[in-house]
Amino acid sequence: MDACVKQRDYTAKDYKSEVKPIWCPGCGDYSVLAAITRALASLQLAPENVAVVSGIGCSSRIPAYTSVYGFHGVHGRALPVATGLKIARPDLTVLVTGGDGDGFSIGGNHFLHACRRNVDLTYIVMDNQVYGMTKGQASPTTDPDWEGSKLTPDGAGIESFHPLVVALAAGANFIARCSSSDPNNVADIITQAIRHPGFSMVQVLSPCVTFRPEQLEWKHMVRTAAVDVTDDAARAARRLMTDDGFNVGKVLYKGDRPAYQPEAKGAAAVADLEADFAL
Amino acid sequence: MGGQTVSLVMAGSGGAGVVTAGSLLLEAAARAGWYAYMTRSSGPQIRGGEAAVMIRLGTEPLASHDDRFHLLVGVDWQNVGRFAAEIPLGPESLIIGDPGEGETPEVFTRSGAQQIALPMKALAKTVPDGRPNMVAFGAIAGMIGLTEDVVVGVLRDTLKRKGEAAIAASLAAFRAGVEAAADFPAVPRLPATQADTSERWSITGNEATGMGALRGGVRFVAAYPITPATEVLEWLAPALPKVGGVLVQAEDELASINQIIGGSYGGVPSLTATSGPGLALMTESLGLAVAAEVPIVVIDVMRVGPSTGIATKSEQADLNIAVYGLHGDAPHLVLAPTSVADCLFTTQWAVHLAESLQTAAIVLTDQAMGQARAVMPRSAAVSFIGQREKPAALAEGVQYKRYANTASGVSPMAIPGMAGYTYTADGLEHNETGTPSSQASDHQAQLDKRLRKLTGYNYGDHWADITGDEDADTAILTWGSSAGPAREALERLRAAGHAVKLVAVRLISPVQPEKFAEALKGVERVLVVEQSHSGQFHRYLRAQYDLPRQVKALHHPGPLAVRPGAIVEHITQWS
Ligand SMILES: Cc1ncc(C[n+]2csc(CCOP(=O)(O)OP(=O)(O)O)c2C)c(N)n1
Ligand code: SF4
Ligand SMILES: [Mg+2]
Repeated sequence: MDACVKQRDYTAKDYKSEVKPIWCPGCGDYSVLAAITRALASLQLAPENVAVVSGIGCSSRIPAYTSVYGFHGVHGRALPVATGLKIARPDLTVLVTGGDGDGFSIGGNHFLHACRRNVDLTYIVMDNQVYGMTKGQASPTTDPDWEGSKLTPDGAGIESFHPLVVALAAGANFIARCSSSDPNNVADIITQAIRHPGFSMVQVLSPCVTFRPEQLEWKHMVRTAAVDVTDDAARAARRLMTDDGFNVGKVLYKGDRPAYQPEAKGAAAVADLEADFAL
Repeated sequence: MGGQTVSLVMAGSGGAGVVTAGSLLLEAAARAGWYAYMTRSSGPQIRGGEAAVMIRLGTEPLASHDDRFHLLVGVDWQNVGRFAAEIPLGPESLIIGDPGEGETPEVFTRSGAQQIALPMKALAKTVPDGRPNMVAFGAIAGMIGLTEDVVVGVLRDTLKRKGEAAIAASLAAFRAGVEAAADFPAVPRLPATQADTSERWSITGNEATGMGALRGGVRFVAAYPITPATEVLEWLAPALPKVGGVLVQAEDELASINQIIGGSYGGVPSLTATSGPGLALMTESLGLAVAAEVPIVVIDVMRVGPSTGIATKSEQADLNIAVYGLHGDAPHLVLAPTSVADCLFTTQWAVHLAESLQTAAIVLTDQAMGQARAVMPRSAAVSFIGQREKPAALAEGVQYKRYANTASGVSPMAIPGMAGYTYTADGLEHNETGTPSSQASDHQAQLDKRLRKLTGYNYGDHWADITGDEDADTAILTWGSSAGPAREALERLRAAGHAVKLVAVRLISPVQPEKFAEALKGVERVLVVEQSHSGQFHRYLRAQYDLPRQVKALHHPGPLAVRPGAIVEHITQWS
């Protein structure tokens, strides 16, 4: 990345497309989009060398709103698409964007294995504790007593899932939480996540103003985490398991596991392999 | 087929060593200048259960097993009876059993086959470290005309690491077998040949599929293991890095197909291999590849379904899911090799087509051809290499249209890294630039172009293998591994004076109505042959093509293979 010859100085605007977002006014995802473009500008990455990959959901719409290469696939499968892309094309910077439903429910298995595989990807999850796109059902991060969904009018009734604890346990190499109410901080954290080798997990609290209007209060509830980044997974786990989910603004864990990147180095001709079959 | 052939089976319990002996026999026969076709059956145990190796040897290339086996050698009979349906015998067959291992099971003897005793275990004991399977090998070799000098060479090469003593022991046991069988009743003997074997291969269908992928240009593979497709992936795993490619083991088939979509979006021709259960999981993402126009190849080595079915045995019953399994109108390619050898060509062609047409290709092989080993002529290299159309230089201020509505329907495809061509690939319906759209006109235009690029393409003569009498009024229509027995049936029918033609369809979808009509010109009756319970291929042909008035269908489910004799009988008894 750093070796790229800079054509010109890029600004955040250079990473935005002309496509108008379909999001509701006030949706937290606008800030996350802005933060991504700022992060890319701060790294001065040529747009053609960046890809943003997503699944399905409101938050998963981000690729088309950027001017880099984008891939908008099917629900829950963004991480495998990004994994294949990065392994086939290690020269690219690959970001993955999506929601709590896309990433932790239908795509939950890929989430575990992406953390474990530790390919050099930056995964940005806009967590609004709801399925926004399908008009308000409980997601894996929804509190069990939330009664706002027609599908589970008495509340989901099952404990919510702690994505960062799971990410840590599964082997993610970089873990951070931030809030869409502070886009500059989100941009800074995404910048660090892109720079850090291996799989980086960034949880962004991003309110769904339409189906979880009470989340408008989040901007008053979040606080800058009082602790600094650690490379000690046990300590990070203890902190994550005891916090209330509103400690934001900091990188919580940075590991030093080498990224998984099988090398495509052989230069034999396919015809050379025919020796396998000769009598 | 053509020439002379001999068919034999070696069977025994786990530890009897029939697979080892069978492989040695195949290797020796190949060196002797014969062609070979070998399949295996094993019991349900994960490791070391009873096994049977079915081997056919001949003086010409072979595409299937015969109707019956000339020779069955039971090193012992424990549980071997469960293979009976796969080992058809007749009164002209010979069963060799070890009297010390008990009676030959009734499921074999009721064929009327002649029986003869060979005390394999006792004979093996007469040589230090001798093993009964080598005695069996010797008996068979002597009976079918395989000479000792070739066998010595094979034993030397394969047992090199075990040392001289092991070679000597095997050879002594082998000789004891040859001697003991010297005046056994005759089975067909193949003539010695002086054939030049330097241009022959010993290869399985699954290996040939892997080789075809590499020849076609595949350099990224995502893998999730499943019987009987795993060997395609396991062959590719060490092969890919040698040629500058990469294989990744994925967490499931949802991941493997999406990984190859990602790799291919990045510009690297990509493939995965699976079997029915995995294909079922992949169907949503196959639709994504179609809609987002990302070239991918999925190999389905079919096994008995539905559900987990019979994992280790063959059936041709994934045709419906391959053709119709995707939701929405999602035109894509479905291809099927017509032999072990053709796994290579068809896979290579599939890569070429997927790349040229920017769509998903499903290649339907099956357990029978995938796990069969053939000694066959080396497969010549053909020029089909994946080639994607890249966009031309853009005029100043012109936006790149990833999904441009071109005359051919193929829109030049940029790959990440190309400056000025950034776009978002999308499974959402979109307009020409790729921006999501819910307008009827965009949907219509994109559906049209995705269909047009497939239907307007010239697939040449490769859509089917057409053989036999050009003016025949009778045709056999078939696909996949059923093409092997059909080819043999065709030869027998023609040798008996019947005018018949054979059409083995390689390009299942998109359909080729004009070429099909041309191939069937003058044909008044058609026999459709396949290995599925419901006759999926027959129904597909009926829905898609004009068939002559007289149509008969010969179809049954797996795992029993269609035999050439059954096809011959259907044609000759057609009144
Ligand atoms: C296979 C499949 N199942 C269900 C859906 C319907 N669906 C679309 S988005 C979505 C949930 C999205 O929730 P989340 O990922 O949290 O994104 P948000 O809209 O909240 O940003 C669902 C269930 C789908 N598109 N595909
Ligand atoms: S429904 Fe919620 S998540 Fe979706 S755009 Fe509207 S506010 Fe955002
Ligand atoms: Mg959500």
